[in-house]
Amino acid sequence: MGINGGQALIRALEREGVEVLFGLPGGAILPVYDPLIDSPIRHVLVRHEQGAGHMAEGYAHATGRVGVAMVTSGPAATNIVTPLCDAYMDSVPMVCITGQVPSTAIGTDAFQECDTVGITRSVTKHNELVTRAEDIPMAIRQAFYIATTGRPGPVLVDIPKDIVDPANPRSAMDWYWPTDAEVAASLPGYKPSTQGDPVRIREAAELINRSVKPVIYAGGGILKARAAEALRALAELCDLPVVTTLMARGAFPDDHPLCLGMPGMHGNYTAITAMQEADLLIALGSRFDDRVTGRLDGFAPSAKIIHVDIDPAELGKVRRPDVAIVGDCRSVIEDLLAALHALGGSAVQPDRSAWKQQLSGWREKFPLTYENLEAGEGHVKPQFVLERLRSLTPDDTIVASGVGQHQMWTSQYWKFNHPYTWVNSGGLGTMGFSIPAAIGAKVGRPDRMVWAIDGDGCFQMTAQELVTASAERIPIKVAILNNAYLGMVRQWQEMFYDERYSEVYLSPDLPDYVKWAEAMGCAAMRVESTDEVDAAIEKANSINDRPVVIEFRTDAREKVFPMVPAGKNNSEVMVDPSQQAELARIRALGL
Amino acid sequence: MGNYHTLVVLVENKPGVLARVAGLFARRGFNIHSLAVAPTEDERISRITIVADTESAPVEQIVKQLDKLINVVRIDELAPQDSVEQELLMAAVQASVGERSKVLELCQIFSAKVLDTGTQEMMVRLAGSPAKLDDFEQLLRPLGISAIQRTGRVALPRLDHAAPGATLRSVS
Ligand SMILES: Cc1ncc(C[n+]2csc(CCOP(=O)(O)OP(=O)(O)O)c2C)c(N)n1
Ligand SMILES: [Mg+2]
Repeated sequence: MGINGGQALIRALEREGVEVLFGLPGGAILPVYDPLIDSPIRHVLVRHEQGAGHMAEGYAHATGRVGVAMVTSGPAATNIVTPLCDAYMDSVPMVCITGQVPSTAIGTDAFQECDTVGITRSVTKHNELVTRAEDIPMAIRQAFYIATTGRPGPVLVDIPKDIVDPANPRSAMDWYWPTDAEVAASLPGYKPSTQGDPVRIREAAELINRSVKPVIYAGGGILKARAAEALRALAELCDLPVVTTLMARGAFPDDHPLCLGMPGMHGNYTAITAMQEADLLIALGSRFDDRVTGRLDGFAPSAKIIHVDIDPAELGKVRRPDVAIVGDCRSVIEDLLAALHALGGSAVQPDRSAWKQQLSGWREKFPLTYENLEAGEGHVKPQFVLERLRSLTPDDTIVASGVGQHQMWTSQYWKFNHPYTWVNSGGLGTMGFSIPAAIGAKVGRPDRMVWAIDGDGCFQMTAQELVTASAERIPIKVAILNNAYLGMVRQWQEMFYDERYSEVYLSPDLPDYVKWAEAMGCAAMRVESTDEVDAAIEKANSINDRPVVIEFRTDAREKVFPMVPAGKNNSEVMVDPSQQAELARIRALGL
Repeated sequence: MGNYHTLVVLVENKPGVLARVAGLFARRGFNIHSLAVAPTEDERISRITIVADTESAPVEQIVKQLDKLINVVRIDELAPQDSVEQELLMAAVQASVGERSKVLELCQIFSAKVLDTGTQEMMVRLAGSPAKLDDFEQLLRPLGISAIQRTGRVALPRLDHAAPGATLRSVS
């Protein structure tokens, strides 16, 4: 059937099951926006292309489906580089379609031309410049296939204008839809393996059965593989304590007795120390990130390592595993469960009561803590805001965060009991992530309450997307923890640069966040004291016809603890000041 | 050459693939010692022979990262003893009329070829193992080299002619 490339592109997206595009049109992509009018695909018109990328990511985080962004050439393509890199670092399945100048103009420094494929090569799992209209359906199928299989990631498809413009004969083509076999055959170098090696899996089972101080080190791969249930079955079968990394919050319920919480630079004492003292780390879909390991040569010195990852390059990249298993986390965990059952299951687990006792001792002595303020004593404590937000919102609320202190407090104080309820920028640490990501999450899960927890610094980077949210009636809720500072940087300057504060002060009231939010069509409130917190949250929860912003004036002096200073060994973790004497006492005793 | 590994990388013969490979080395902090690219007997596939510096990164990590490139079809890691490696050297050497015999003598010993003779210089060519080229280059040097170009090595696995053994370790 005769069709043009632009129509073929939209039809291909429909065939891939795309329900929403996040984007913004311009010259080179114009011809694709015309057939979009006749398509059932929803388009969310963003105010900046970075917003489109993070919305696609938020959508993907919350739904597990591919997030799709579509933007024009040149400046639009460069505007979406940050989200592509963000998605690449956090293995988020995403497809980005960019317009490009006509084929004949490529290489001539034409208006709004840039080498999009060259610029994005190192921040995408794959990218492709399509040169013929008839290649469009295959390019789209490949993009979705690559984005979602193996280790997920962003794929960019760059489309020159002439092959989608009905006025140009080069756009004429016959529609066809490649079969799965044709797609696989078109990618001779791409064969992601999902099944783990049974010999290695048995070795892993044997190591578990011998370990007296095991810890499961669960990473974002658990969520990507939809392996949360399998993980729980594994932990419960062998009574294995679990830490969940920043990317894996929600992969194992915080309320579960085996959950030790988050490890790493701002993890809790028990999770960090359990990994340090373990005799076996069962790393599942995690990548020994430097924010988790601290100084590598001091990390988990006596632990044997079982490392399961779908990306073979992760195995041995940072820490050499004793048992390396390439495979999809869910499939490998299920096989591991079978192997463990075959070896005797829970009945043959060694006595780990001493380990359990040690863990509960740490939990008792070094819980997350902060000193709250009474009303009238000054601004509110950020941790208190998070505790109240957690208590006053439904259990399955989706929470997206920016990057900074507020992100760490959210990951610490939010109790995550469901997978896919935590949306954050882990690997790249992109300030400005939360608002667009929350919008994307809400588009994907309109049935859920979605809160963005943002910093005042972050908010100023992408706040304009609240205009998008208002215009598109996407009722997200935003809590700005306004400490008037680039707080995380301030914390480092306070602790490691002799309190010499350099370019971190922002001002509490410039801009006026309430007026700004209102100008963007949101309901807005300001909270300045502890006794106002609950009422504001309850009011925000009751508003569903537009986005809501609450600006919480928070205590700028508050620091995130525990903390492993950059470059230090995890055993040198600093706890909250109120716990430091006890920790010093224990360390002196060599416990 | 203990700190170098030869990787024979078969890639899809498409625009931009070499840039992906080179970009990956740059981005991951791996070093390329030499690189040679050419189409293979199958026109859809090109062969890239990379001599990688394995001091900058373990060869295993280089191979695994390369293998993640969608357009990389197969990677063979050739240990020197398991492969036949060849390289080409061209050099212009100072050789005025009275001194040509010195160059000719070296060429004879190495079975190198004289490609061009000028009034003050001679141009020579040698194909052979990289070690042989190193020797040749060293002996030419005192004569005065005014230009030299080496191609970087190409390699194929040694053929099976003795007892069956590991001739080639496929890593893809
Ligand atoms: C785009 C970007 N620029 C700079 C940084 C470095 N950085 C990390 S946290 C932070 C401060 C964030 O300030 P704010 O949003 O107010 O959060 P707070 O730490 O105060 O909670 C900065 C500047 C970053 N992560 N991302
Ligand atoms: Mg701040």
